[in-house]
Amino acid sequence: MKLSGAKIVVETLLEQGCDTLFGYPGGQVIDLFDALYLKRKQIRHILTAHEQGAAHAADGYARATGKVGVVIATSGPGATNLITGIAAAYLDSVPVVAITGNVPCSQIGRDSFQEVDIVGVSMPVTKHNFIVKDVSELADTVREAFRIAKSGRPGPVLVDIPKDVQTALCDFTPCSEPAAAEPVKAASEHRIQRAAALIDAAERPYIYFGGGIIASNASAELLAFAEKTDTPMGCSLMGLSAVPSSYPGFLGMQGMHGHFAATAAEDAADLVIALGVRFSDRATGQQERFSQNFNILHIDIDGAELNKNIRAQLAIRGDLRDALRRLTAAVQPAKHPEWRKRIAAMQADEARRTAQSHQLLTEHLSAGRQSVLTHFAVIDAVSSSAPDDAVIVTDVGQHQMWTAQRYPLKKPRTFLTSGGLGAMGYGLGAAIGAWTATGKPVFLFTGDGGFGMNLTELATAVSLHANITVIIMNNGVLGMVRQWQRMFFRKRYSGTTLNRKTDFVRVAEAFGAKGLRAADAETLQKALRKAAAQSGPFVIDCIMDPDEPVLPMRPPGGSVDDIITEIK
Amino acid sequence: MAKQYVIGVLVANISGVLSRVSGMFTRRGFNIDCLTVGETETAGVSRITVAFHGDEDIKERIVTQLEKLHDVKEVEVLDQHETVIRELLLIKIRNTAENRQDIMTAVEIFRSKIVDYSNSALVCELTGETSKIDAFIDLMKPYGIMEMCRTGIVAVERGENCLKTDMN
Repeated sequence: MKLSGAKIVVETLLEQGCDTLFGYPGGQVIDLFDALYLKRKQIRHILTAHEQGAAHAADGYARATGKVGVVIATSGPGATNLITGIAAAYLDSVPVVAITGNVPCSQIGRDSFQEVDIVGVSMPVTKHNFIVKDVSELADTVREAFRIAKSGRPGPVLVDIPKDVQTALCDFTPCSEPAAAEPVKAASEHRIQRAAALIDAAERPYIYFGGGIIASNASAELLAFAEKTDTPMGCSLMGLSAVPSSYPGFLGMQGMHGHFAATAAEDAADLVIALGVRFSDRATGQQERFSQNFNILHIDIDGAELNKNIRAQLAIRGDLRDALRRLTAAVQPAKHPEWRKRIAAMQADEARRTAQSHQLLTEHLSAGRQSVLTHFAVIDAVSSSAPDDAVIVTDVGQHQMWTAQRYPLKKPRTFLTSGGLGAMGYGLGAAIGAWTATGKPVFLFTGDGGFGMNLTELATAVSLHANITVIIMNNGVLGMVRQWQRMFFRKRYSGTTLNRKTDFVRVAEAFGAKGLRAADAETLQKALRKAAAQSGPFVIDCIMDPDEPVLPMRPPGGSVDDIITEIK
Repeated sequence: MAKQYVIGVLVANISGVLSRVSGMFTRRGFNIDCLTVGETETAGVSRITVAFHGDEDIKERIVTQLEKLHDVKEVEVLDQHETVIRELLLIKIRNTAENRQDIMTAVEIFRSKIVDYSNSALVCELTGETSKIDAFIDLMKPYGIMEMCRTGIVAVERGENCLKTDMN
């Protein structure tokens, strides 16, 4: 059967199990969009307001489900607008396939209208990419793109398709099955045994896990291992939601703005069992000081992460689910009552410091001018009213760290955040992707800065009647940078005072959504009830103080000894 | 401790592969001493030889990062004692009556070859290990090097060991 390249792409997408894609049309993808139109009953195209939003939506779709997210854009500006979204997916290991159109092969390299070498541009932020210049290679390339995106450590793959390849006719042989992920070589039994010996010998073991647990669906295996070895744990930003926040041995996120007890417990440990993490600078602080006191057992699916940032005593490459099952079988059951007692003391210390900082903040606010909300009040109000299966999405900045610290997460894949890239403007697109994928209510925590970057996606959310509640922590400043300026730049607030006149409630209304402003807990509760009682996006503009800090904070390049828990 | 490593890399011979390999070095801040690329005995497979200075840690990171590239099929760090390493030099030297005989002598001793001869210039070809090439260039400097071009190294292991890929 002879099909056009454009139809071959759509047939192959269907074959790969893609039922939803996000995108924006343009001159060099008209053929692809025409082919999508013909299959619109089987594959849903979601038109966003901007290609960046589409890329973040495909990312959110993938994070919320574990499936490959798909995004489509035209050549030139369409393709370059995807880049931030692709980079966010790359840094956080999210499986995404991006399809771009390009000018016809004969026009490539001539700086034609809307021509960009997107393969060259996206090379450092994709797991792999392709330009397909021969229609006979198109179907297999798209299949290969899906296979690469989901194999091993997942990541984004871009396929660039010149217009003449989309129109060319070619025989198409359907494939009955989606491309299977490449099998991962199992960790050697010898190494598992060595790891078990290290764990058995440890008196103060500590688990530090990351996004790898979510990517390999190893939450249950992690808990079984932690129970048998009586090991407390903390996680990186990307690890959040892998285990319930309320799990007794879970101390929360660690790192620059991590929980005090988690960071302190790690430092006091004699063995850190690092699972699916890459020891980013935000997680470790000063790398030379970081692992002075403990041994590290590092397990990751990506061999290039082992010994990259931190040297491990034992590094094992393998799938975490398999490795954890075998490790759990190989270790002796253990109890560490003394260690637990020390950790309980750290937690009590943390609770005391948090209460103190809460009180300081309340005093500061009551001495101030207007009625404002604290992040404690905002997050607690949302978490007490949101259903258990709600998806929590954040933008980037103070609100992101507060949510990461405090929001009680219950199930894997219910916390979506741009961790590695830290892309402000990520949130609304990702929220749209998460809602499309799950149909579950989505709560987006954002700031007035980050929301301002891509708020045009409200148009998309309204068109979809997406149940997305947007919680803007509006403090009139770029709070995270302002906090650094306050602490390290003598309060020279260069470029961080927004002081804009934007009325986010009216913005919401202008887009066809609803919105309310809240400056106290009671109004916020009312707004949340209103949001829950209606369908479609709802924006709650929460008025906050510009100087509410994110604490604790381990200064950049600092260690556990330098953690700041209050700002005078 | 920093020392020179030579690695052999088998890659799929497709457009862009050299960018991917050299881009990985640039992006991650690894310096390349030299890089050569050419076809191999297997159709569709090219071989890249890269030399770089670094410690054990850097070497390990370079190898694991190369292995992650989709078009890279095989990576091997070559043991320099068990490897034949060669480089080719073409060097153009000023041809004058007073220098000619000295140059000829050096050419003979180094087992170099004169591949072009004119009244004003000589082009010599020399193959050998990097140190030999360096020594020859040093020797030619006083006579006036007009231009030169060296290929960078290629390397294969001695004996039966081969760098192979199960591609194809």
